[in-house]
Amino acid sequence: MTGIIEKSPAVTTDVPGPLPAATATRTVQIDSHAINFGPQHPAAHGVLRLVLEMDGEVVERADPHVGLLHRGTEKLIESRTYTQNTPYFDRLDYVSPMCMEHAFVQATEKLLSITPPERALWIRTLYDEITRILNHLLNITSFAMDVGALTPPLWGYEEREKLMEFYEAASGARLHANYYRHGGVSRDLPAGLTDKIWAWSEAFPAFIDDLWNLLTENRIWKQRTVDIGIMSAEQALAWGFTGPNLRASGVPWDLRKSQPYAMYEHVDFDVPIARNGDCYDRYLVRMIEMRQSVRIIRQCIEKMKPGPVKIEDRKFTPPRREEMKRSMEALIHHFKLYTEGFHVPAGATYTAVESPKGEFGVYLVSDGTNKPYRCKIRPTGFSHLQAIEVMSKGHMLADAVAIIGSIDLVFGEVDR
Amino acid sequence: MGPFGLWQPFADAVKVFTKETIIPAGASRSLFLMAPMLTFILACLAWAVIPVNDGWAVANINVGILYLFAISSLGVYGIVIAGWASNSKYAFLGAMRSAAQMVSYEVSIGFVLVSIMLCVGSLNLNDIVKAQSHVWFCFPMLPMFVVFLISMLAETNRAPFDLPEGESELVAGFFVEYSAMSFALFYLGEYTNMIMMSALASVLFLGGWQAPLGLTFIPGIVWLFAKICVVMFFFFWVRATFPRYRYDQLMRLGWKVFLPLSLLWLVLTAFFLEFTGLLPAGPA
Repeated sequence: MTGIIEKSPAVTTDVPGPLPAATATRTVQIDSHAINFGPQHPAAHGVLRLVLEMDGEVVERADPHVGLLHRGTEKLIESRTYTQNTPYFDRLDYVSPMCMEHAFVQATEKLLSITPPERALWIRTLYDEITRILNHLLNITSFAMDVGALTPPLWGYEEREKLMEFYEAASGARLHANYYRHGGVSRDLPAGLTDKIWAWSEAFPAFIDDLWNLLTENRIWKQRTVDIGIMSAEQALAWGFTGPNLRASGVPWDLRKSQPYAMYEHVDFDVPIARNGDCYDRYLVRMIEMRQSVRIIRQCIEKMKPGPVKIEDRKFTPPRREEMKRSMEALIHHFKLYTEGFHVPAGATYTAVESPKGEFGVYLVSDGTNKPYRCKIRPTGFSHLQAIEVMSKGHMLADAVAIIGSIDLVFGEVDR
Repeated sequence: MGPFGLWQPFADAVKVFTKETIIPAGASRSLFLMAPMLTFILACLAWAVIPVNDGWAVANINVGILYLFAISSLGVYGIVIAGWASNSKYAFLGAMRSAAQMVSYEVSIGFVLVSIMLCVGSLNLNDIVKAQSHVWFCFPMLPMFVVFLISMLAETNRAPFDLPEGESELVAGFFVEYSAMSFALFYLGEYTNMIMMSALASVLFLGGWQAPLGLTFIPGIVWLFAKICVVMFFFFWVRATFPRYRYDQLMRLGWKVFLPLSLLWLVLTAFFLEFTGLLPAGPA
């Protein structure tokens, strides 16, 4: 059942010369066996299908299969207006939806040559960081669960619940927010929300400490993650790693610092770097990034001033509802924006943001109409996934599970 | 389900009884059905020699420890047969892991038991409890108590040694193909084994039914129950705290740390008892 191949004596090299049939040695070679890891596997993070060729417990070859969650997002985008397209981005990396939206609205704004008002940019920065914590909480804790620790995911979900309430307060949805708009955000934060976020940001570091104490110096955790799935800096760059996975290999590369967008140049934060590029370092980088995100969130709340949250250009942003009921021009604008949408000048742009998982980019081509001509999405997880073979070769089955957990895959984004 | 959800277990029982037992096409039918029964029966059989009070045991036999040893060695068969008869790769990997694991940790548990037997001079579990009327063995034999507690986790395939059924690796391990009551029998067997090992830990190290601090007005059966609960708490506590070991790390811990340690302690105990003249007179 594990692929036992019986070789005939004639082709077996161990047996010198042909022997009489009665005395022939029967050589049995135990073949390596393949197991189908996923797509219905609890550690496959969605719909990863990994064909593992095993020699006993040791992985000899790991072949990831993608496409089980392919929805043709890029093609769908071509037949919808720019405003109608933002929700598709929520559904790419559904663990960090607002960062996905951010890349798309930034690309459109670049083509339109518009800049959102300052408050909108502060709100985006604030919510990008909330999203980062949401993402890292899910990743770290489910990574811990893959390695066998049951408590972190239960704790992490509780904290995520609080953050999702902030999502809900701002956008009305807990997961697929559709909050960012071309030229701003869809509406201002409700009164009192920043106070709630501030109170949360005071309590949250204690939670990080708890999680840190439970895992970081845990001997079993270290035995399971240190020196597992090592990617050197050169390898990581060659395989197209970005984000925490790249920084864990010792490359100080973060788009928030190297090509700041939104309000990142006005906030003070550090980018954690690790050296070894193993699973443990990837975990550490994410843990420290969460603390830095809390720092950014607090600065955003401190520096945010009241003001408009959308550009006041009726050719791009729809008028307020009460205005629409009174003014004929407003009614026309509203009608045009929600049926035809705005036209984007012909051109192309590659705009990337530092999503929690790495560099998430949108290559947007406009032919001057109201719909994108082409929208190529640069997913983060895809390049991480392709390195699974390199990382897990020669490790054991349990290590392959840890590696999958540590590189933070979400298949909505990998398969698009 | 009911007040405080108390009827949920009964609902679960009804559910597993009424579900269909699916036998995979490639499975070996008779062995496939035999394995869960074997696991459960063996887990229950071991209880026969546990004394719940002075002399209260189903069978107060003089070879109690040997009997327990025999039963727990047989326990691995249920798992190996299940893994083999399922004819599935995940189940087979799980069965291989568990066979290796249970055999290796039985060795260190064996040496722990031998050092206890040296101190008591009897294989009867009731005598072992009586020998702890002054001091529980967990105090003078603390290192062995720790070795026993950890080996006990490995022996019952519980976290952090739950490799044979490691969910994130082998889905459900050796019982991945099982459903309905045959599935439930594995779970019942596992939990019976856990309570069994807790009882054994209480009998060997925590004074069994002996009351501490002269609180003899509380019956011994209550004391044993309380001690079993404490050890069971340890099971769940460890499960909530630690990640899972990897296969090779587990084997290394068993053979390279626990085996030498328990052997060394056995020799030390023997020397100590011989030179202090405390060696108990054997039965013959």
